[in-house]
Amino acid sequence: MTTLLNVKDLRAYYGQVQALHGLSFSLSEGSLTTLLGANGAGKTTTLRAICNMVRSTGGIEFDGKPLNNRSTESIVRFGIAHVPQGRGTFTTMTVEENLQLGAITRKDSAGIVSDIERMYAHFPVLKQRHTQQAGTLSGGEQQMLAVARALMLRPRLMLLDEPSFGLAPLVVRDLFGILGKINREDKVSILVVEQNAQLALELADQAYVIETGRIVMSGNAKDIANNEEIRKSYLGY
Amino acid sequence: MELFTNQVLAGIATGAIYACMALAVVMIYQAIDHLNFAQGEMAMFSTFISWQLMQWGIPYWAAFVITLALSFVGGIAIERILFKPLAKAPVLTNVAGFIALFAIINSSAGLIWDFTIKQYPTPFGSSPFLGSQLISTHQAGMIGVTVLLLLGLYFFFQYTKIGLAMRAAASVPESARLVGINTSWMIALGWGMASAIGAIAGMLIAPVVFLEPNMMGGVLIYGFAAAVLGGLTSPFGAVVGGFLVGVFENLAGTYIPGVGNELKLPIALALIISVLVVKPAGLFGRQIVKRV
Repeated sequence: MTTLLNVKDLRAYYGQVQALHGLSFSLSEGSLTTLLGANGAGKTTTLRAICNMVRSTGGIEFDGKPLNNRSTESIVRFGIAHVPQGRGTFTTMTVEENLQLGAITRKDSAGIVSDIERMYAHFPVLKQRHTQQAGTLSGGEQQMLAVARALMLRPRLMLLDEPSFGLAPLVVRDLFGILGKINREDKVSILVVEQNAQLALELADQAYVIETGRIVMSGNAKDIANNEEIRKSYLGY
Repeated sequence: MELFTNQVLAGIATGAIYACMALAVVMIYQAIDHLNFAQGEMAMFSTFISWQLMQWGIPYWAAFVITLALSFVGGIAIERILFKPLAKAPVLTNVAGFIALFAIINSSAGLIWDFTIKQYPTPFGSSPFLGSQLISTHQAGMIGVTVLLLLGLYFFFQYTKIGLAMRAAASVPESARLVGINTSWMIALGWGMASAIGAIAGMLIAPVVFLEPNMMGGVLIYGFAAAVLGGLTSPFGAVVGGFLVGVFENLAGTYIPGVGNELKLPIALALIISVLVVKPAGLFGRQIVKRV
């Protein structure tokens, strides 16, 4: 399998505070990889650094091309869709407008129309509410909308920041089921950051564990899930 | 009754201008969270440019279109040169920037075209509109052009991709960048459009208030009153506010004894203060709730 995303010695800073201390990992094309770790470990920062939303040094290569020093909006055009923490919904706009915004960099209007229909097939609740203001959706619906919006880019890589946050367990199961399906059927590589380690490990094929800005463990998701020592010391379940 | 109808229609005509100014102010406020105190001066300068073009023998509508294009580019240039570098600066720095812009434009206009009052032509004429004494053809023209402009803007923001991108960039900038929108250029585009809208307002009101460097002072205050009344976060509100303020101004001038023409301006200021005290978000504005 070819490497799609390669991160080498990534260091990130918020003002004077260093949040990542030389973090390296890679993600193969077509894989579903998860970054696990406690609060404040640097998971969100890692995703933000990939999209250049935080000051960082080190190497980030996507499909062999360096991403450093590119603006966030131009990184998106490489086919990297980022679903931020808190979902980033355009709350004052309709559900359909949110989906159109996801495809705003695309030129193929016919493809966009058919992709919106595809999203409605993935997430029927969005179709029911397509003229509604997105801010009136429930948390779970907004998370579905955020995922759908990201998919409208036809991304090669999707970055998901805590998709389970604030959702009811049943809704989370649903959402993760859909993510797995998207990964398998649409061949979208996914990098998902999660606090819900158990669930993320069930879904992912590859896993990395971060602690205070460094990778402390990596490997096959099943192996990590089965390793009681790792589970107890890093994942807390 | 005829006096009343007359005053209401005249109010709608000037209200159209206030609506344009309010809209220009709201567009920039949405994009950068600051009130453009120099919006009126920018409009005045644009109007002078159109006047100069006509002095050089260019027909009215050609001068109108060229002025719009120049104002659009000028608005973008002001944003790129002055306000983009101030994007992360504190509020007061920005306010100082706007005041500086105000003074620079006002004085430059005086320097280039001097401060004497000039006649400004109207393409609509000023005969009674459709034989009625209630409203002149120029006033009807003001309303007509504004309505066309508003319809055009509505279509632009509701049905074009770039309009959608501009709305997205103004409402959630971070998410807008994450779907690939260049938010910085959307702000510049907003400035260009606001500047062009102001130019339309200036060119339409100039035959009424006459052309001189301070012509937009009063108009901008009414524009602010309109924007505050409608809600600074709502373009639709700004437009409604503009028409309301225009009508209110005329009726107060006619029917409240002692107001007359001289005290019309304080009425606009009183309106701003009352709205801010009673309903700070305005008629159509979003109530901003923050967790503390």
